[in-house]
Amino acid sequence: MDYLYYPGCSLEGTASEYDLSCRELFKTLGDHLTDIPDWTCCGATAAQCVDAFLSVVLPARNLALAEKTDTGLDVLVPCSACYLNLKKARQDLLENSALQARVNQVLKPDELAVNAAVRVRHLLDVLSRDGAVGRVAELAENRMKGFVVAPYYGCQCLRPFAEFDDPEQPRSMDALIRATGAEVLAWDMGGVCCGASTATTKPEVGKKLVGRILDQAKDAHAVVTVCPMCQMNLERFQPRPVPVLYLPQFLGLALGLSGKSLGCNMNLSDIKSVLSRVAS
Amino acid sequence: MHLTDIREKLADRPDLTRHLAQVKEQMATCIQCGTCSGSCPNAGFMDMTPRRMWRAVLADRLDLVFSSQTFMLCASCYVCTLRCPRGLPLTDAMAALKQVAFALDLDRFKRSTRFYRAFMDNIRQYGRVRETELMARYFLAVKDPRVPMSYTGMGIKLMAKHKLHPHFPTLGPGRLGPLFERATQQQEQ
Repeated sequence: MDYLYYPGCSLEGTASEYDLSCRELFKTLGDHLTDIPDWTCCGATAAQCVDAFLSVVLPARNLALAEKTDTGLDVLVPCSACYLNLKKARQDLLENSALQARVNQVLKPDELAVNAAVRVRHLLDVLSRDGAVGRVAELAENRMKGFVVAPYYGCQCLRPFAEFDDPEQPRSMDALIRATGAEVLAWDMGGVCCGASTATTKPEVGKKLVGRILDQAKDAHAVVTVCPMCQMNLERFQPRPVPVLYLPQFLGLALGLSGKSLGCNMNLSDIKSVLSRVAS
Repeated sequence: MHLTDIREKLADRPDLTRHLAQVKEQMATCIQCGTCSGSCPNAGFMDMTPRRMWRAVLADRLDLVFSSQTFMLCASCYVCTLRCPRGLPLTDAMAALKQVAFALDLDRFKRSTRFYRAFMDNIRQYGRVRETELMARYFLAVKDPRVPMSYTGMGIKLMAKHKLHPHFPTLGPGRLGPLFERATQQQEQ
């Protein structure tokens, strides 16, 4: 299938491997991603803490750019914070026509207009519901057999919008992980907060929250994530070494793609144990 | 912080006073059940539980609200919003309090608000976040050497992985400068 792609700022920097592995995985699965031309920051966590109106304008600009492509394609977003900002802005604009008019006045000099027509979808929504499970199973040939994976979802792809999964007991990654031949760790930390950007300004909080999460992942060979902020925190505050990788990296390895093409040399946690298992 | 201090600070800010009145109105049907406190992953780090803080908001005890770090510790995980039996927009209300603390530039919140400021300046200038410059500007703005020091290990790791991309800072109105400007004007109308 075809999608418009909004990578977001992290995927150009600290989460480069998430970007690489997303592109590589979708290419292998036969999907086509087109970058939204000239996209800019969605406002991240900062905009909503500073200015409510700007926290709608910034994502709205990107929604308008997506509409301008006139493709009618869904927007695929790998970063959970970007996903929520874009989706929330879309929802606010749909529900509040006065707000939409004010936003459009701000966008107009750039020859942009937003109708909130395009659908905004998280990477995990697309992977779990658009037929990727079958294709992964076909291509992976049980390559990950004997491997136990802890799926970590974080918060903002699950809440507040219960769009594609149970926001309290998520399981949309289960079928994808099993399609590789691996087992899913039975745990209840998948949707428990890692501290998100609070951990940037208050590291002591991140340390405690991440410790609590990773302690429960003892019986897993690896933790997989679907958010750059989660990935960063889970790699930064490790109480003991735990391999943490992005879901597309894991699925890509299961499909036989090279570690290098998936950016596996860029993870901050030690993922050698995962790579050697695929190599053998 | 005393009630008179915060009232004084808000005296010449009718916009923020309105903003706070909106938060209070949003919370009006809170039944003080404590589901938010019981659900919050950060409640253990807070000097006042979310339930108590919402009570303080409803009682106009802004001195208690802005003496506390509680709302600043909200990580926007949305669990309380999801579980609130009254369906109150608790996470959004937390963000509204952060906006007030930011606008008042209260010293006790500077570790967070200076980060938000550096972040917004960064995207106004470049359109997309330049992480390396963002952190450098944040360290300068927070004026506390312990903050950059706590990032040294992380910085070395990121550098080894070629994830730090220093650019020359550029001047001028910025990539999104005109858009920011128009958004501000729109709100003043």
